[in-house]
Amino acid sequence: MAERSFAREVEDLRLSGGEIFSGEGILAITKALLQSGVSYVGGYQGSPISHLMDVLADAKDVLDELDVIFQSSANEATAAAMLSASVMYPLRGAVAWKSTVGTNVASDALANLSSGGVTGGAMIIIGEDYGEGSSIMQERTHAFAMKSQMWLLDPRPDHTCIVDLIEKGFQLSEASNTPVMLEVRVRTCHMHGSFVAKDNVKPVFTLKDALNNPKRDLSRIVLPPAAYEHEQEKIHKRLPAAIDFVRDNKLNEWMGPSEGKIGILIQGGMYNSVIRALQYLGLSDAYGNTKVPLYVMNVTYPVIDTEVADFCRDKDAVLMIEEGQPEYLEQAINTVLRRRDINTRVSGKDVLPMGGDYTAQVLMQGIETFLATNDPHLLGNRPPLPDPKPVLALPEVQRLQTVVPPRPPGLCTGCPERPIFASMKLVEEELGTHHVSADIGCHLFSILPPFDLGATTMGFGLGPASTSAFNVKADKRSIAIMGDGGFWHNGLTSGIGNAVFNKHDGVFVIVDNYYSSATGGQDILSSRAQNANRSTNNSIVEALHGIGAKWVRQIDRTYDVTKMRDTLKEALTTKEEGPKIIVASSECMLNKQRRVKPQIAKAIKGGQRVVKERFGVDEDVCTGDHACIRLSGCPSLSVKQLDDPLRDDPVASIDNSCVACGNCGEVAEAAVLCPSFFRADVIHNPTRWDKFKASLTMAVIGALQRRRAMRRIQFSAAST
Amino acid sequence: MKDDTVKLTLPAAGPATERPISIAIVAMGGQGGGVLTDWIVKLAENQGWVAQSTSVPGVAQRTGATIYYVEMMPPLDGRRPILAQMPTPGDVDVVLASEFMEAGRSILRGIVTPDRTTLIASNHRSLAITEKMAPGEGIADKSAVSQAIGVTARREIVFDMDALAVRNGSVISAAMFGALAGADILPFGQDDYLTVIREGGRGVEASIRTFEAAYTRANSGAAPAQTGEQPERPPAEAATVDPRFLPLLTRLRETLPDAAHAMAEAGLRKVVDYQDLDYGREYLDLLDRLHAADAEAGGAGKGHLFTVTAAKYLANAMAYDDVIRVADLKTRAQRRARIEREMGLREGQVLQTTEFMHPRMEEVNGLLPARLGRWIEARPRLFAWLDRRISKGRRVRTYTLRWFLMLYLVSSLRWLRRRSLRHEVETAHRDAWLAAATRALANNYQLGVEVLQCRRLVKGYSDTHTRGLSKFDKVVATIALLEGRADAADWARRLREAAIRDASQKQLDGTIATIKSFL
Repeated sequence: MAERSFAREVEDLRLSGGEIFSGEGILAITKALLQSGVSYVGGYQGSPISHLMDVLADAKDVLDELDVIFQSSANEATAAAMLSASVMYPLRGAVAWKSTVGTNVASDALANLSSGGVTGGAMIIIGEDYGEGSSIMQERTHAFAMKSQMWLLDPRPDHTCIVDLIEKGFQLSEASNTPVMLEVRVRTCHMHGSFVAKDNVKPVFTLKDALNNPKRDLSRIVLPPAAYEHEQEKIHKRLPAAIDFVRDNKLNEWMGPSEGKIGILIQGGMYNSVIRALQYLGLSDAYGNTKVPLYVMNVTYPVIDTEVADFCRDKDAVLMIEEGQPEYLEQAINTVLRRRDINTRVSGKDVLPMGGDYTAQVLMQGIETFLATNDPHLLGNRPPLPDPKPVLALPEVQRLQTVVPPRPPGLCTGCPERPIFASMKLVEEELGTHHVSADIGCHLFSILPPFDLGATTMGFGLGPASTSAFNVKADKRSIAIMGDGGFWHNGLTSGIGNAVFNKHDGVFVIVDNYYSSATGGQDILSSRAQNANRSTNNSIVEALHGIGAKWVRQIDRTYDVTKMRDTLKEALTTKEEGPKIIVASSECMLNKQRRVKPQIAKAIKGGQRVVKERFGVDEDVCTGDHACIRLSGCPSLSVKQLDDPLRDDPVASIDNSCVACGNCGEVAEAAVLCPSFFRADVIHNPTRWDKFKASLTMAVIGALQRRRAMRRIQFSAAST
Repeated sequence: MKDDTVKLTLPAAGPATERPISIAIVAMGGQGGGVLTDWIVKLAENQGWVAQSTSVPGVAQRTGATIYYVEMMPPLDGRRPILAQMPTPGDVDVVLASEFMEAGRSILRGIVTPDRTTLIASNHRSLAITEKMAPGEGIADKSAVSQAIGVTARREIVFDMDALAVRNGSVISAAMFGALAGADILPFGQDDYLTVIREGGRGVEASIRTFEAAYTRANSGAAPAQTGEQPERPPAEAATVDPRFLPLLTRLRETLPDAAHAMAEAGLRKVVDYQDLDYGREYLDLLDRLHAADAEAGGAGKGHLFTVTAAKYLANAMAYDDVIRVADLKTRAQRRARIEREMGLREGQVLQTTEFMHPRMEEVNGLLPARLGRWIEARPRLFAWLDRRISKGRRVRTYTLRWFLMLYLVSSLRWLRRRSLRHEVETAHRDAWLAAATRALANNYQLGVEVLQCRRLVKGYSDTHTRGLSKFDKVVATIALLEGRADAADWARRLREAAIRDASQKQLDGTIATIKSFL
């Protein structure tokens, strides 16, 4: 069960010709795939394309009606290999992932796919996770497109344009026998907009037809001498075909006046910000009527030489606006112009930053510099530019710099991973610090305060593999962390198999929270829920045994901090050889709450006996040291200032978002911290026995309390 | 609508400098920023405008700081405006902040500027992890944000939207939507907003109640800039004083200077509540002596700072945390009442609590009469044997007869306390501390005060307490080395602050090394 239900959005996928689709960019893309007559869709979830995977997972009925098969692929390589269905058969297919990380994983399959070429349209939806809000290394997908020769579409951030380009992209793929990548940036994926829908198209030739009439062609298989032929084909047949298609179908756009001293070439994705920047400079209105000639490259690879030459020919200078580095397009433009001996000056990274988000502000500055040098007349009547600098220089704002605390992401309230890292901190206090290899997933937040655990992260599922060099006898062992998502993505073989085979002595912790949680709670092989469309409940421990691991400990309640700590200690100190693997399992709290909360509310309403738990802190027992917080970082565990002149420091306090996971109590007990924590159990709809027992007990307790109250000095204000 | 009037040399196709209305929502992941964004988009679309929202959820979904951005503009002759995907510093009309420090962060991003921005912010705090994990007081200064808002926002609408939402049974997004409507910036009517909420379908009634309360609050004009809405506390005097306590109180008022009355009364209450009237007398005896030293050192000219400080920390030192104290606090009627309040216990529900306790032999031994305790302590093997039987995590079901009686019994051991080993140790430590402070006071008034304040380092239970004591010892020992220097008090303060801030003591050791380098 994914984090969000897309039941409503699934209805949008059924919209027919002429109706208005209104919604998120990534869902518009999903609809566009169905309008293009795809036979199969695959991919791997991750921001910003998770919602594409989620909505298709919820859309079984729609897909069945259209004979479309949808798979949550094991990883991006699997997804890319899935496209091989389009090699021999006229089947359209699409896969999607987060890039560049996903493209890295998929590269092998992509290179093979684009070598042999495709018959049916093959499209890769690339969620370009670059710039603000990104969770990965800052790289461009552009390089992959060039090195394997796949066409790269970079549509303007406009639903109509994107949807249109998907349909055209499939045609382009078929016309040039080449897979096509469609790149959408984070903000565009999460952008709300609308477009006029078309009817969904049921594929004429189906997967069933292909299976029943298999075809093969030796010349499509990557093996010499065919591989050499493929290279020649790419150069002499596929590239020219693609160029013709892009030009004939006008996939790139000319905007603004046809003549001018200068012009701007832009990646399609930059369009909206460029228009805003031009507007600040007084060179465009809000509707895109610009005074500057623009060449909008909705196709950034291949570069259409003739179009570029035509655009640049009679201009003094052009500016290439291209986000990220290296500046592939700027280089390509220069080559085009030099070969034709066109002496238009080419600006680009000389006036714009080499890396980082191209925000409207950054673009405004770059374009201004470009115009000041090459056509200052255009800047004649510019309105006052937005400028935050005077405000940022105010002493009151300067002072804020030191006051506003950073707010990094962290583990959610009640997260089952918290006690794992709390245990690791406790072990660290006893056995000293260790080399910890972190992995990708929610558990990567362990590298941040308050845990500060983890030295490297080398890619999804590669936590264990990245300790493989430390396979030597030493006083301490390496610790590797990996999530269940990473485990099934590749970690079982790349990490655990590798450790077993090479007799690695390290400790491997597999964080099993029943879902691919960081990407939105999608089901995976070892999910414990029953899923009608997938095979779940496949045990991680059995897989470990199957691959040859001997020392395996399953902890079925991560909140048992004492057990967790002792198991870790044992793993770090045992004499036994080979990898020491701990599978720490508890359900992702975000998903669990979503599942059980309505059930509990219903049970209470229906008069059933329900015990609701929550934790609390006795504020007069707490001394305000906050050691508990340094071992937790739970969002619901905070501090508050008491109204007591004798107290300097705020005390711990738990708010009503607490889900009673028990971590704070367990930690306080295991670390012998303090007795301030308590768990409060409130029985809703108690039985008569509950009530009888409580009233009897409370009568005695009340009598004792009154007895003591009479004997001692009472302070109505000072004591609590 | 913004209108920067300029004369373009080139004829404009439309109102060339008209830009869309821009709204940035700064929030923390999981705070409902997405819902609010969707509402605002719907609001504009319902009126035939074009609206575009973007966000960068990614990892920030998990409690991190994040930003949502909306632009809206009517179409012109069937043409749709090209809308930007992120806020441009210096060009944002409305910033909605769901938390006060996030409002501060938006100012640092430059998206709040005096020429255009209306800042709508909730002034409640949701503490960041660095604020919470600081060993002492680490909470960021709210007034810095208030001041910055004062000089950066064109208009500010600031109140506790979280509390308002809770009071009305809804969430902060409804309150912020109401505040936006009340601010009357967008050219839409209140009914248009309400229609959007109604179309949403879920929790409509509570949302509308919250919306309307926030609307009224925002619309009621420039409400006084207030931070937090604390009810006035009744003055302590209003409480009736126990006649048995009165003589001590009278004595305090007669012997101690006015400046120290409030603190000493709080301190006296604390030690009497902790032990008994006799212990209160001991507190006053000690305080009298410290006051005499204070007077001799010219305390009258310094507002009797030494006596005031002593009144505070002496009470804390005397009311050290032990097993009896914990059992006492856990068995009080007021404690149960407080928990019932916190949990929102309703008629017909049953409450039980479970305590997470981990007593060790150290605590038990501390309770024993001093001689017996020392005898056992001198026998490590016996001590360890006993510890193995005692030291383990115990889940105490407080409101069951068995456990309550057990706690009640422990809490009634107060008669034993002043003869116990722990008391002997605490008293010796206390006396040495007071002596050090008094000695320092004679030559350097401020240094004496600083030594008293070092008591703040001792807190917590078991290991935490041990660590606190070791920090205290290090600091006081280093201060002794500084006596006689003119800047001694200054260094003492720095030492103490280093010790408080630093859980691992690295910073403290660094400061000590610095001091030793120039001695």
